Amino acid sequence: MIPSAFDYVAPETLDDAVRALADAGDDAKIIAGGQSLTPVLRLRMNDPSVVIDLGRIPALRGVRDDGDALVIGAMTTHHDILHEPLVREHALLIAEATATIADPQIRHRGTFGGSLAHADPAGDLLASALALGAEMTIAGPNGRRQVAAAEFFEDLFTTSLQPDEILVDIRVPKHSGWTAHYEKFNRTAQAWSIVAVAAAVRVDGGAIAEARVALTNMASVPVRARGVEEALVGRAADAATIRDAAERAAEGTSPAVDGNADADFRSHLARVLTSRAVTAAAGV
Amino acid sequence: MTAVAEPASSPAGEFGRSRARKEDAHLITGRSRWTGNLTLPGMLHMAVLRSPLAHARITGIDVSEAKSMPGVVAVYTGADLAEEQGDLPSAWPITPDMKKPPAPALAVDTVNFAGDAVAVVLARSDYEAHDALEGIDVDYEDLPVVLDLESAAAEGSELVHPDLGTNVSATWKLDSGEAGSGGDVEQAIAEAESSPDGIVVRRTLRQQRLVPAFMEPRAVVVDPNAQQATMWSSTQIPHILKLMLAMTLGIPEHKLRVIAPDVGGGFGGKLQVTPEEVLTLLTARRLGKPVKYAESRSESMQAAHHGRAQLQKLTLAAKRDGTVTGMKVELLADMGAYMRLLSPGIPVLGAFMFNGIYKIPAYHFSCSPVFTSKVPTDAYRGAGRPEATFGIERMMSELAAELGIDPLEIREKNWITHEEFPFNTVSGLTYDTGNYEAATARARELFGYDALRREQAERRERKDPVQLGIGVSTFTEMCGLAPSRVLGSLDYGAGGWEHAQVRMLPTGKVEVVTGISPHGQGHVTGFSQVVADRLGVPFDDVEIIHGDTQSAPKGLDTYGSRSLTVGGVAVAHAVATVIAKARPIAAHMMECAEDDLEFTEGRFQVRGTEKAVGITDVALAVFAAHDMPEGVEPSLDSDVTYDPENFSFPHGTHLCAVEVDTETGRVELRSYVAVDDVGRVVNPMLVEGQVHGGLAQGIAQALFEEAVYDESGTLLSGSFAEYLIPTAADLPSFTTDRTETPATSNTLGVKGVGEAGTIASTPAVVNAVLDAVRQFGVRDIDMPCTPMRVWKAIQEGAR
Ligand SMILES: Cc1cc2nc3c(=O)[nH]c(=O)nc-3n(C[C@H](O)[C@H](O)[C@H](O)COP(=O)(O)OP(=O)(O)OC[C@H]3O[C@@H](n4cnc5c(N)ncnc54)[C@H](O)[C@@H]3O)c2cc1C
Repeated sequence: MIPSAFDYVAPETLDDAVRALADAGDDAKIIAGGQSLTPVLRLRMNDPSVVIDLGRIPALRGVRDDGDALVIGAMTTHHDILHEPLVREHALLIAEATATIADPQIRHRGTFGGSLAHADPAGDLLASALALGAEMTIAGPNGRRQVAAAEFFEDLFTTSLQPDEILVDIRVPKHSGWTAHYEKFNRTAQAWSIVAVAAAVRVDGGAIAEARVALTNMASVPVRARGVEEALVGRAADAATIRDAAERAAEGTSPAVDGNADADFRSHLARVLTSRAVTAAAGV
Repeated sequence: MTAVAEPASSPAGEFGRSRARKEDAHLITGRSRWTGNLTLPGMLHMAVLRSPLAHARITGIDVSEAKSMPGVVAVYTGADLAEEQGDLPSAWPITPDMKKPPAPALAVDTVNFAGDAVAVVLARSDYEAHDALEGIDVDYEDLPVVLDLESAAAEGSELVHPDLGTNVSATWKLDSGEAGSGGDVEQAIAEAESSPDGIVVRRTLRQQRLVPAFMEPRAVVVDPNAQQATMWSSTQIPHILKLMLAMTLGIPEHKLRVIAPDVGGGFGGKLQVTPEEVLTLLTARRLGKPVKYAESRSESMQAAHHGRAQLQKLTLAAKRDGTVTGMKVELLADMGAYMRLLSPGIPVLGAFMFNGIYKIPAYHFSCSPVFTSKVPTDAYRGAGRPEATFGIERMMSELAAELGIDPLEIREKNWITHEEFPFNTVSGLTYDTGNYEAATARARELFGYDALRREQAERRERKDPVQLGIGVSTFTEMCGLAPSRVLGSLDYGAGGWEHAQVRMLPTGKVEVVTGISPHGQGHVTGFSQVVADRLGVPFDDVEIIHGDTQSAPKGLDTYGSRSLTVGGVAVAHAVATVIAKARPIAAHMMECAEDDLEFTEGRFQVRGTEKAVGITDVALAVFAAHDMPEGVEPSLDSDVTYDPENFSFPHGTHLCAVEVDTETGRVELRSYVAVDDVGRVVNPMLVEGQVHGGLAQGIAQALFEEAVYDESGTLLSGSFAEYLIPTAADLPSFTTDRTETPATSNTLGVKGVGEAGTIASTPAVVNAVLDAVRQFGVRDIDMPCTPMRVWKAIQEGAR
């Protein structure tokens, strides 16, 4: 398909980008890696009059060590995340989830910030960002603000970003020494998640000292599996603990129904995959 | 057939040689000519407005805004073209009373599926054409939507075409008792049911709708201004297309030229005369300017024909020792909203294949094409034969399971043994050759059948969450479509011959013209090898000319695994004719008797001497024509039209092992062995490529692909995000091998391979899945066997 006509601007600083967005009013769209936006434009599901490309702003790219947190620029590509040792060391869960996205071509273009801003409930990075307690830095005409992941995701394809705002970077508290696993369930290698589970644990002396578990595609937004976390923490890192904890995976979720799965099957998958994710993360 | 039979010579050893494809260099370096890349001076672009509704009356169309938009040259609706657009051709009236609705290229009063063309915009650029679609206002009045095949066929259903008075178009029957090719199936079933050592197995199997999903979406360009109106189209069938356009639009046939340039796949999906081709031609002629139409992927999914879509009610009667005594097949075939070129004939082709490789004493087949509010169905890789093979191979495995007999054993008990060929089947075909024993023995060995059975038992024993399943498919198919008299007896509108010319050029190079129309298979390479082999000239000295009705004027194109088995055989006969023409000239040149000459390795040699002339020397002498023998014309060209006497019958044994994760329902292919017998092999690498691609497509039907409509008739699987085609990452490394039982029905001994993998693999995989979960009480799972379906089947079965 062919998109409607639009103007294209490629500012070189964040301030210029914020200004360009403000000038364009409601009718502008930001493009990051374009992996989700391009199909939207081509199918004419959206016809902005201006497309603002963040690709020329170096400050939005890369991962920085900021003491007790990593700061990941919104325009950092999936590929760069996968090849950044800092991420493996301090936020392994994000690396594990990123590795399951699509294929190398798409990972070379798609960005961390773009994925979060797009907020597809089947997107693989949302649950990890939520599990690790990430915080979004957002720039707008009135300056910057911080939003926790738990407040950032509001609904299907909807975040707390306002039309005149730009996601600048994502602050991920360090989880050094944690182990992690992202268990993705899909039908072909390059398909989106039907359900997936992001699990990170800190095992200390054979017991689970801390646990973070979040679910992909079990609601219109990523969901923390708090019941599972509760049932894990302070218990022996063994199969029985994990099996019992995983039983609580679907609590508080509201899974969608589509051709791949109804709500029953999704809830069932959430339990099975949680068990597998935590088992792999804890190395049991 | 006019060819003179010359003894086969294989001096250059071309048969069985894996040559790299002549086609590859230009394709992989991007020097290809796709229709979508063509640009002609002054060319306009056509965009199609499609119905968002599955069934509605058009109560008004306002195109005034669109007409005034930038770059727009014209906008046409169905009303504008009603007079000249005629009816899209449907060449296969399977019964004299078959009901068929009008099929206009642009809908006139009603739209009948979501995607039906409603209006076209012609503009100076593709962008402007698409922008202007938004300036067209259509008022629709909803009509009832008919989606489910079984309810569509039922009495009292809402109607897709009320004027026809029914959704059931026809009923086509084949009964071995009536035809005299076998016994009475009702009697066989009654006997099996009443006898203590009889068994009757009944299943209703579903063949889901599939999207052919060729790599290059359809595109067409028409230049109305040349001496002949010229159409470039991404089609499999330039010759049939030309004829059909001439016949349906009333354009004199000699004023039309159709070119199929590089074509990126078809799988039957481009064996069609499409509304878009008709509209491009009509608008170009009206406006006197070249017009291009190039569809998007989403348009292709929505509006290009789909395949399969059947409901199969199957009854197998047998003795408890596993001997099959009868097979009854009752089919409903989903036509979608219209009949396209071959739509109703596709399921009918299956009539001859439901008996598979078996000696079935009594057989009954009936098939009813049924209209629904969906995109029309038509040929898709295998066309009727995969559906039938699925039916029989699933049923043989079901029978084996019901009787507790090994599925390979039950097949062996019933198959035609190699001594029994030629064999007249219960459906009326004559299988020329085959050796099912040899292919099965080889497959069994490569697969490690017994070891896998042991592992399967162990996993069952220890209640492993991952269960192993082993699936069998021993298939055959009819290839080389087709003997014209057979097509005639089936009321098909054309024949099945093929045409070839061989032209020896003065310098010894060879031009070969064929009526087949390659679209990715590698025919240029394979045919060059056939010519090099037979004529004894270098492979690189052969040029294959095809896909243009001006330079390759006669032919019936490529589908039904016919290119080598019919087209290649025609070429071989044309080569033989050239050699026969050269013989008296060579004798004259060497002043000897014709009978003293032996033709080997491209040379005529006087028997028992060193004296010889090459065919290339003869070619030059013929060009000069200074000294021809009395009454011999100075030409080394030949022109052959070959009509096959019989189909060819490739066969094979495919074995598949799957691991089923019983906790998630996920099916993982663990190993796949395909032993195919495609007769003599010209180029093993091309055969291998066809088998691998075919397997991927057949496995895709078993596990991944399905065109799904929602309850309003909107296609949900409208892109590759929902319509899942597998990639290499989803498939195991295939183990392939061959046995070679040459066909006796053609001079090359070849059988055809284009569809084999697709036909064989679907039942192999589904049988494997069922073999893994039958222990939980599961007897069938609809395709594709998605994790949810498999998991639910286990839950329900275990209940
Ligand atoms: C074939 C295919 C398969 C895929 N499979 C997966 C998969 O399995 N799992 C998965 O998680 N993802 C998958 N993706 C999506 C991929 O991860 C995308 O990269 C991601 O969804 C969007 O990132 P992007 O950089 O391409 O964003 P874009 O497409 O450029 O933008 C997406 C949206 O976010 C907005 N946006 C982007 N950046 C910002 C910003 N800094 N501030 C404010 N708004 C912004 C845009 O305006 C737009 O609305 C797939 C994509 C494709 C094409």
